[in-house]
Amino acid sequence: MKRRLILLVPLLGFLVLSIFLYRGLSLDPAQRDSALLARDFPAFEASTLEDPERRVDRSLLEGQVTLVNVWGEWCPTCKQEMPQLLDLAERGIRLVGIDYKDTREQGLEFLEEFGNPFEVNIFDPEGELGFELGVYGAPETFLVDRDGIIRYHHTGYITPQDVREVILPEVQKWQ
Amino acid sequence: MLIQMIPEIGHFALILALLMALVQALMPLAGAATRRPLWMAYARPMAAGQFGFVLLAFLCLSASYLLDDFSVANVANNSNSLLPWYYKVSAVWGNHEGSMLLWILMLAGWSFAVACFSRDLPEAMLARVLGIMGLISIGFLAFILITSNPFERLLPNVPGDGADLNPLLQDFGLIIHPPTLYMGYVGFSVVFAFAIAALLGGRLDAAWTRWARPWTNIAWAFLTVGIALGSWWAYYELGWGGWWFWDPVENASLLPWLAGTALIHSLAVTEKRGAFKSWTVLLAISTFSLSLLGTFLVRSGVLTSVHAFANDPSRGFFILMLLGVTVGLSLLVFALRAPRVSHAVGFNWLSRDALLLINNILLIIMTVTVLLGTVYPLLLDALGMGKISVGPPYFNALFVPLTVVLCLFMGLGPVSRWKRMATGELWRRLALAGLAALVIGILAPLLYGGEWNLWVSLGLVSALWLVLPILRDLYDKSRKTGLRRLSLAYWGMVLGHLGVAVTIVGVAVVSNYSVERNVRLAPGDSVQVAGYEFAMTDLQARRGPNFLADTATFEVRREGATRSFTMAPEKRLYLARGMPMTQVALRPGLFRDLYVAMGEDLEDGSWAIRIQYKPFVRWLWLGGLLMAAGGVLAVADRRYRRRRATAPAGKEALA
Amino acid sequence: MTPKRKQKLFVILGLVSLAAIAIGLTLYALRSNINLFFSPIQIAAGEAPIDRQIRAGGMVKEGSVTRNRDSLDVEFVVTDFVEDLAVRYSGILPDLFREGQGVVVVGRLTEEGVLRADEVLARHDENYMPTEVAEALEAAGYSPADYGVKLD
Repeated sequence: MKRRLILLVPLLGFLVLSIFLYRGLSLDPAQRDSALLARDFPAFEASTLEDPERRVDRSLLEGQVTLVNVWGEWCPTCKQEMPQLLDLAERGIRLVGIDYKDTREQGLEFLEEFGNPFEVNIFDPEGELGFELGVYGAPETFLVDRDGIIRYHHTGYITPQDVREVILPEVQKWQ
Repeated sequence: MLIQMIPEIGHFALILALLMALVQALMPLAGAATRRPLWMAYARPMAAGQFGFVLLAFLCLSASYLLDDFSVANVANNSNSLLPWYYKVSAVWGNHEGSMLLWILMLAGWSFAVACFSRDLPEAMLARVLGIMGLISIGFLAFILITSNPFERLLPNVPGDGADLNPLLQDFGLIIHPPTLYMGYVGFSVVFAFAIAALLGGRLDAAWTRWARPWTNIAWAFLTVGIALGSWWAYYELGWGGWWFWDPVENASLLPWLAGTALIHSLAVTEKRGAFKSWTVLLAISTFSLSLLGTFLVRSGVLTSVHAFANDPSRGFFILMLLGVTVGLSLLVFALRAPRVSHAVGFNWLSRDALLLINNILLIIMTVTVLLGTVYPLLLDALGMGKISVGPPYFNALFVPLTVVLCLFMGLGPVSRWKRMATGELWRRLALAGLAALVIGILAPLLYGGEWNLWVSLGLVSALWLVLPILRDLYDKSRKTGLRRLSLAYWGMVLGHLGVAVTIVGVAVVSNYSVERNVRLAPGDSVQVAGYEFAMTDLQARRGPNFLADTATFEVRREGATRSFTMAPEKRLYLARGMPMTQVALRPGLFRDLYVAMGEDLEDGSWAIRIQYKPFVRWLWLGGLLMAAGGVLAVADRRYRRRRATAPAGKEALA
Repeated sequence: MTPKRKQKLFVILGLVSLAAIAIGLTLYALRSNINLFFSPIQIAAGEAPIDRQIRAGGMVKEGSVTRNRDSLDVEFVVTDFVEDLAVRYSGILPDLFREGQGVVVVGRLTEEGVLRADEVLARHDENYMPTEVAEALEAAGYSPADYGVKLD
C-alpha cells in the first residue's frame, strides 16, 4: 500500500505543475483587455488625411457609436482587412480611420486602391495619437460609444468571422 | 478545377485521418482488452491509412504554398510570390498551423513505421502500442481541426500577394531544423506507447524494453541533431554569436533530451539486468510528457521567448487539456499498474548497474533544474510574487558542476562490469588514464596562448576522463579479442561518449577564450582582433530579390601572413515586413571561426561592427553529430537485426 | 538487516541526500540569479536595489537617444509616461530598438539613479510589446486621459 502511494507522487507533482500552467495561461498578456477599456478616448487635435486644413479633435467621436481603425499604407494586413471594414460601413456603422505613421500621398493612394469605408481619417504621421492609444502595431480597432468612451479593443486582423461574431454584437451592445 | 479544390481536399483528408485515428485507437485497445484478434487486426491498416491521409493533407498544404494560393489564410500570412520555391516549401512549417501539421505527419509516420517494422511483436502488444499512438493522434488532429486549421480560406476577398515569410526564417537552417527536432519529440511517443502498453498488458518484463530500445535511440538521435541544428542556426542567424541562450524554447527541447538520455541508459539496464523496471517506465512517460510540455510552452505563449509562435489563448488551453489528459492518465496508469514489489537485484557499488543508476539520478536532477528555471517565472507570477526572469547565470551555475560530476561517473561506466567488480581491477584500468587526463587537462590551456583558465582545464580534464579510459578499454579489447569482434552497440557507446567529450571541449574553450570587439568603423578603418587584422574597405547599398541591404567589405589578414581574404556582412531590410536582419559573415574553421556582423548605422558614414573570434565553436555541433551517430550505430547492432530476420527487406535503412 | 535491505537503505539515503543538495543548490542559484523587473515608477520611488542586476523596461522616449560621436556609448530614456529612467549603454543596440517602442534593459542602477545597462533587449517582432512593459504601463495607470496630466 505504501508503495502504491509512492507511485502516485509523479502524478501529484504533475497536477500541481499543471495548475500553475493553467494560471500562466490566464496571465497571458495577449488576452488581457487593454487598460483603455471603459476610459475616455484620448484628447487629441490633428488634421484630417483628406484635408490638411481641417482640424479635428475628440468631439469628432462623440454623439454616435464609432469604430476607430488604425491603419497604414505600409501594413499588408490592413489591405486584407479593408473588405470587412467596407462591409461594416455598408451596414451603416460609422467608421473613422487613423492613418498611422504614413505619408499623406501614400495614405490617399491606399484609400483609392482599396476603398474608403471611413467617414473621415485622422492623419497621424508621427504616431502620436497611436502612441497615446497604446497601439503596438496596425491594424487595431477601437469601439467608441456615443460618450467617447472606449468599449472594445481589437488587436490585429478582423476576419469576416470576427465581423459577424464579435464586432457586430459589440456595436449593437453599445448602440 | 481540382487545383482550386486542393485546400478542401487537404482539409477533408485531415478529417478522414481523424476518423481513422479514432478506429486505430479504439478497436485495437478494446480488442486487446477482450482478446479479440479481429478487432486487434484493425491497428495496422488504420495506422497506414491515417498516415496516408495526413501525408495527403500535408502535400495539399505544400501545393497551396508552391502554387501561391493566397486565398488560403495560412499561405497569405506566411508566403509571398517573390519567395524562392524552397522557402515556400519550408514556409509550410514556419508557422503555427503548418508546423502542427508537420508534427502530426511525423506522429502518423512513426505509427506507420511501428506498424511496418514490428512483425515479430505479439499481436496484443502491437495493438496496444498502435492504439495508444492513435489516441495521441486523435488529440492532435482534433487540436489542429478545431483551433488551428491550416486550410482556412480568405474568401471572397483574396489578397493579391502574401505577407511574406519572417526573414529570420528564410534560411537553410530553418528548412531542416524543425523537422529534425519534431522527429525527435514525436519519436519519443513510440517508447511512451510501448511503456503504457506494457503497463496495460501487465507484461512488465524486459521484453518491451528490447522492442522499444531501437525506436528510442533513433528518436533521441533526431532530437540531438535537431538541438545542434537549432544552436547552429541561432549562432549564425541572430547575429550575436551566441549559441545557447537558455531561452524557454531551447530549454523545451533540452528537457526531453536530458530525460531521453537517462531513458536510453535505463532501458539498457532493464533489458540486460531486469532492474529498475518501474523507473524505466516512469522515464519513458516523463520523456514524452516533457516533449508535450515543450510543445505547450512554445505554442501557448505562457513564457515569452525569442522564437515563440504567435499565441492564442484558446490554443494554449487546448494543448494544456491535451497535456493534462495524456500525462495525467499515463501517470495514473503508472500508479495503478506499476509492479508492486521492486525486483531487488543485488549489485555492487562499483558495478555498471550502480553507475548507470547514478547517471540517471544526475540526469534527472539536471532535467529538474532546467525545468524549474524555465517555469520559475511562471510560478512566481502565478503566486503574485512579481515579474522575474531567470537568466543564464542560474543555468550555468547549476549545469556546469552537474555536468562535471556526471562526467566523473561517465568515465567509469564503460570500463565497469555488470553486477560487481573488484576495486583493484577498476583502479588498475583507470589510474593511468585518470592521471593522464589530469596532467594534460591542466597543462594544455597553457599551450594555448599561455593563458591558464580554470574552466577550460576543468572542461578538458572532464573530456579526457571520458575519452582516455575508453581508449584504454579499446586497447585492452583489441589485444584480447580483436576490434572486429566488438559489437556495433559497443561502438555506438564509444561514439556517443566521444561526442559528449567533443561538445564539452567546444563549450569550455569557446565560452572562455572567445574574443569579442564592438567597434565603430568607416571604410578605410581597420582593427586588430585576436591576431587578425580586419580592414573595412568598402560600404555599399544593394538590392536583393525581396530586401534592401547595406554591405560592408572587409579584407582580413592573419598577423604576419601576406594572404588576405574577404568577409562581407550585411544589414538587410526586408520590404514586405519592413523588418531589419543581420546577415553575418563567417569564416569557419575546425579550430576557430571568425565572425563579423553589422550592428547599427551610426549615420556619419560609420557603422557599429561586432567582430568575434570563436575558437573551437564547431566542436559543439560536431559533438552533437557524433552523439547522434552513436545512437544510430547502436540500433544497427546484430541482435536487433537478427530478431527481425523475418521482416521484409528495406527495414535495414531504418534500423 | 539483510545485505539487500541495507543496500536499499543506502540507495534511498543516497537519493535523498543528492536530491537535498540539488534542491539547496538550485534555490541558492535562483536567489542570486533571478532578475527582478522594475518599472520607472518603482525605480523613482526607490524600490529597486542599487548596484544589483535588475531588469527595467518601458517605452523608449521619442528624441531621447543620443550617441557619442566617437565611441559606441549611447544614452536614452525609458519611460512609463509617469517617470523617466535614464539609461547608459555601450555597444550595439538590437535591430528592432526604436524610439517609441517597448524595450527591456538589464543592468545595474547607480547612486545617481542612472541605469548602466549590460544588455538591451528588443524582440524580433515589430508588434511585440514585452509583457513586463505592458504590465508596467498598465500599473502606471497608463490611460490617455491621465497621460496629458501626468506628463506635465
